[in-house]
Amino acid sequence: MAEKMILIPGRSSKQGTSLNQGKLKDEYKQVTSTLEMNKDDMEKLDLIDGDEVRLSNDTGETTVRCLGVKPEDLPAGTLFIPYGPPSSQLMASDTAGSGMPLSKHMEVEIEKIST
Amino acid sequence: MSENTKVVKNATCTFCGCVCDDMELHVDIDEKRITKAKNACVLGRAWFAEHTIEEDAPAAMIDGKEVSVDEAIEEAAQTLVKAKFPITYGLSDSTCEAQRQAVAISDIIRGNIDTTSSVCHGPTGMAFQGIGESTSTLGEVKNRADLVIYWGANPAESHPRHFGRYAVTPKGMFTPLGKKGRTIVLVDVRKTKSSPVADILIRPKIGTDFEILWALRALVKGKKVADDIEEQTGVPLATLQDLVDRMKNCHYGVFFFGMGLTMPRGRHFNTGALLALATDLNEFTHFVAKPLRGHGNVTGADNVVSWQTGYPFSVNFNFGYPRFNPGEFSTVDLLAKGEADAAMIIASDPASNFPKRAIEHLKSIPVIALDTKSTLTSQDAHVAFRTSTYGINTAGTVYRMDDVPITLRPAYESPFPDDATILTGIKKRVNELMLAKHHANGAIGEAKVAAHI
Repeated sequence: MAEKMILIPGRSSKQGTSLNQGKLKDEYKQVTSTLEMNKDDMEKLDLIDGDEVRLSNDTGETTVRCLGVKPEDLPAGTLFIPYGPPSSQLMASDTAGSGMPLSKHMEVEIEKIST
Repeated sequence: MSENTKVVKNATCTFCGCVCDDMELHVDIDEKRITKAKNACVLGRAWFAEHTIEEDAPAAMIDGKEVSVDEAIEEAAQTLVKAKFPITYGLSDSTCEAQRQAVAISDIIRGNIDTTSSVCHGPTGMAFQGIGESTSTLGEVKNRADLVIYWGANPAESHPRHFGRYAVTPKGMFTPLGKKGRTIVLVDVRKTKSSPVADILIRPKIGTDFEILWALRALVKGKKVADDIEEQTGVPLATLQDLVDRMKNCHYGVFFFGMGLTMPRGRHFNTGALLALATDLNEFTHFVAKPLRGHGNVTGADNVVSWQTGYPFSVNFNFGYPRFNPGEFSTVDLLAKGEADAAMIIASDPASNFPKRAIEHLKSIPVIALDTKSTLTSQDAHVAFRTSTYGINTAGTVYRMDDVPITLRPAYESPFPDDATILTGIKKRVNELMLAKHHANGAIGEAKVAAHI
């Protein structure tokens, strides 16, 4: 079952340290494909830490692994992911005349990938 | 570790916009690496530890094959001159000396130049033009600020020493109590690693920053705010009124704002609202607003492109003089609309972090890439240069996020050339090629005129 949520890509310490190692290295790839999610939302979607989920919108889709965070840290219906190639897959190119693509608060559908 | 070591004092970390210049670097000269970076934060330690020399990596490649640097410079120049709409992008992780060469190249070839600002604080640059900037140095903040408001930013993870070195805990001339003498406010939809530092944590509903800022402006001016403001924004009216009272009554207030304002819907209207609020507050007290800049010399990129063209980013030379128009001359737009037919990418990795459609077009055109490491952008580049790292191997100038220029003290030499050397070579060659093209066109023109007579 897919659910609509709001995705916030942003910086994290691990993203910063791993990009120094190199963007083609495994750690950077792993950090930028880890999705933080409100634990209550995870329970609703029958997800546990490490589960693969598909994020999609009109622009594209990407597969990431989810990691639960305390419900008081991330509002329900909100997702956080460190900036990187997976979040770029969901970023539309329209900049509304500003040069800046909409890079935060992107509406996405999230669904569990059955194994 | 070899016995050939040295210590470089007061070196500068160029990872983020804090540009901390109090590093003590312990260097193993034979092994060409930094073994210890005293005073560095977690990001700085990774920056110094991971920028080692990959001796086996070729300094230059054309289509994946190793070539000499001179051959690569020639091919880069030929590629740029042949293109009808060449673009240059990146620049925020390079020295001012390299940045000015890149501007010169764009001018000579009548191309387009843009920096990572356009996908960072570009909307702030646009708001500066519309509203103005009440500015200060970070030294002033340290010595004077008693109210510090972080908005849409998470410095604990993006600028780890901002709290300790500049704005929260340091004791200054008029702030002898450090954090005890300051009120720290944090506005963010998420609870982050920065949250514990806040005396007041405001967590609005997603996408309501503009509405809150506009409501604060109204309250500062003594106007009534809609009763349902809490319903709209998630922030109680009493919290907003309390913040307004604190802002009007502080001795020296400062906003530090981040991507939480520039990247979502609203973009330059969000940052413009914050800058306007800072201006309003100067009717009552001293209040400034500073963007938290990301890369080590993104502020330098804005400065260099401004002093050479009159505009900070998204500058086009197609007509032979500079024009500024984000949305038209910004790199994401030029790529996504398929207008650029060659790209020179300097110290940046758009193939990793641009929107999908822009990346697809980038992959379809010849790319010239300058980077210290292999990236998704350099991997597919037509011409790829491996460069030395600024601040670690390369001297030069960078600008801290408060527009203060700082001279770099490199730790050890790299076998790879620096950006400025490569770009100076490309500039020299494109100048020769453009002159030859001009003369050839002139000769053809004269022949046509002669035939007509």
